[in-house]
Amino acid sequence: MPKELWKGNEAIAEAAVRAGLEAYFGYPITPQTEVLEYLSRRMPELGRTFVQAESELGAINMVYGAACTGVRVMSSSSSPGVSLMMEGISYIAGTEVPAVLVNVMRGGPGLGNIAPAQGDYNQAVHGGGHGDYQPIVLAPASVQEAIDLTVLSFDLAEKYRAICMLILDGPVGQMMEPAEMPEMKPIQRANWDWATDGKMGKRERRVLSSIYLDPIEEEKMNLRLLHRWRAIQENEVRYKEYFLDDAEIVVIGFGTAGRVALSAVREARAEGIKVGLLRPITVSPFPHKIIDELAGRVGAFLVTEMNSGQMLEDVRLSVRNRVPVEFYGRMGGVVPFPDEILNEIKRMTASKLSVDANPRDAWLDRMARI
Amino acid sequence: MAIENLVYERPEAFTDTPTHYCPGCTHGVAHHLIAEVLQEMNIVEKTIGVAPVGCSVFAYNYFDTDFVEAPHGRAPAMATGIKRVMPDRIVFTYQGDGDLASIGMGEIVHAAARGENLTVIFINNANFGMTGGQMAPTTLPGMKTTSSVNGRDVETQGYPIKVAEMLSTLDGVGYCVRRSLHDPKNIRLAKKAIRTAFETQARGLGFSLVELLSSCPTNWGMTPVNSLKFVEEHMIPAYPLGDYKVSEAIKQIKV
Repeated sequence: MPKELWKGNEAIAEAAVRAGLEAYFGYPITPQTEVLEYLSRRMPELGRTFVQAESELGAINMVYGAACTGVRVMSSSSSPGVSLMMEGISYIAGTEVPAVLVNVMRGGPGLGNIAPAQGDYNQAVHGGGHGDYQPIVLAPASVQEAIDLTVLSFDLAEKYRAICMLILDGPVGQMMEPAEMPEMKPIQRANWDWATDGKMGKRERRVLSSIYLDPIEEEKMNLRLLHRWRAIQENEVRYKEYFLDDAEIVVIGFGTAGRVALSAVREARAEGIKVGLLRPITVSPFPHKIIDELAGRVGAFLVTEMNSGQMLEDVRLSVRNRVPVEFYGRMGGVVPFPDEILNEIKRMTASKLSVDANPRDAWLDRMARI
Repeated sequence: MAIENLVYERPEAFTDTPTHYCPGCTHGVAHHLIAEVLQEMNIVEKTIGVAPVGCSVFAYNYFDTDFVEAPHGRAPAMATGIKRVMPDRIVFTYQGDGDLASIGMGEIVHAAARGENLTVIFINNANFGMTGGQMAPTTLPGMKTTSSVNGRDVETQGYPIKVAEMLSTLDGVGYCVRRSLHDPKNIRLAKKAIRTAFETQARGLGFSLVELLSSCPTNWGMTPVNSLKFVEEHMIPAYPLGDYKVSEAIKQIKV
C-alpha cells in the first residue's frame, strides 16, 4: 500500500478496521475522540457494530460482552475515562477473554488537562484494576507504529486471551504523518473453544465468569494467568535500539518521550558523545533483559519520561545499582524539547555520577532550580 | 402406576443443579418460568444469559444455555455487547433491584433508551439479598433493613424507585410490565409476561422488561407464607401491577 497522510487517532481506527474489528464501543473524551468519530462513520458503512455508550463503564462492559462471543472488539479513551474502565478491565482479565483498549493519555491526576502526558504508565503496566493480572501494554511513538501495533494488539489479545492496551500520548494521537495501512483483512470468526456464542445444537453449554468462590480454584486461575504471563515475557518483548553498539550512556524513553530523546541523542552523537537510545515498544512485558545486558557494559542510563519517573522504577529494577541511573521528566502535559534532554546528556558526561543518589530526588532538586 | 396427568416437571432447560436459594425465596419460581418459556419457544440453543451480582449471581448454574457473569449492575451493557455482534441470538439479563436500580441504573436506562433488543427479568424484593438485607432503592418507606434499622426514612434515605413506570417513558422500550410471584394466579400471569417479553425480542420489537415483585423471607425475617402476604399487602400497593408499556406491534402477539 502507498503511504498516505494519517492522523494518529484515525489511523488507529482504520488499522483496527483492517485487522478485523467487528465491534467498537466508546465514549467521547479528548484527546482520543477522533477514534470514536471515525468509527461512528466507518463501522456502519461496513455493516459492523458501533455504539456510543452512556459512559466508559458502559463502553468497557459492552466490550466485555462482545469479547465473550469471541469477536474482535475494541474501545478507546483517555486517562480519566480509562480510570472508569478499570472495573471492566479487571473482569476481562479475570474471565480470560481477548480485548483491545487504546488510551490516548493526557495530563493528570484528576481532570488534569488535555495536553500530552505519560502519567498512566503505572496504571497500565502495573495494573489499575483490582486483583492479580498483568495486561500487555504497547507504546507507539509514531503514526506508523500506532498502525502496526494496533494490528498486533488484536493478535496478542487473542493469542493470550488477555487484554492488550495501547498507550499513546497526545502527540501520537493528534499529529499527522505519512504512514502505510495494512491490507483490509476480511472478517473471519474464529471457532474458539471458550466463546459463549450460543450452543446452537452443536455443543455443551459454556459459562464465562470471573468468579472462583473456592480459594484453591481462584489460586489455580491466578497461577494460570501467571504462567501465561511468563510465556508473554518470553515471547513478546519488543523494543527499538538506536546507536547502542558503542554507547557509554543509554537513554531510555517510550512513546513521545523516546522520540524526543532520539533527536537529542542524534545531536549528542554529532558532537561526538557516545550515547544511544533504547525505546521500549512493549512497556509490559518490560524489556528487562536487554537493560540487564546493557547495565553490564555501559557507564550510565538516563531515563526520560513525561511523568514523575514511573518507568524509572522498572529500569532501576533491571540495572540493580550496577551503574548510575539518572532521570529527566516533564509532567502536567509539558513535552520536553530535545535540548533539555541533550543538556542532561551533557551534564552526565561532565559530572561524576553515583549509584547511591536517588535519581528522582536529584531530578526534583534540579527542577527546583529551573 | 402410570402418570395420567402430568401437571409439573422440571424443565429440560434447567441443568441438574440443586438450588442455592433460601427456602421460600421466589427466585426459584422466576428461574422456573424463564426455563419453561425458553423451552416452549424452542430457543434454549440460541440463548445467552447474563447473570448479575446479587443473590442470583449463580443464575448461570441453572439454565442449560450459554451464560456470562457481569460486574455489578453492568449486565445490560454486557448484553448490549453480545446482542449487537450476535443479533440472531436471544440475550437476556436477570437482575435484582440492587444490581439494576442502584449501581446499574445508568446501564439499564441507556440500554432501554437505545431500544436494545434484549429481555430483562427484574427481581424486586426490596433489599440487597446477597449481602444480608441492606436497603435497596426499592425498599419501602419505613421498611427495616440492616442499613435502615429504624425503617427507611424518606427524609434522609430517599424514596423508592418505580423502575417499570420510569423505563416505560422511554421510546426505545417495546414491552415493560410489572407482575408478582406471590400466588399461583399471579405466577401464571408472570409467565405470560415473560413469554411476551421473549417474543418481543424474537420479533425484534425492542427492549423488553418484566419486573417481578418477589419475596425475601430470610432477610425480611418472615416465614415464606408471611413474606408472600407481605408482597400482596405491602409491595403491590407501592408497586402496582400492570402493563406500563406495550407497543402496538406487541399487542398483536398472542401467547
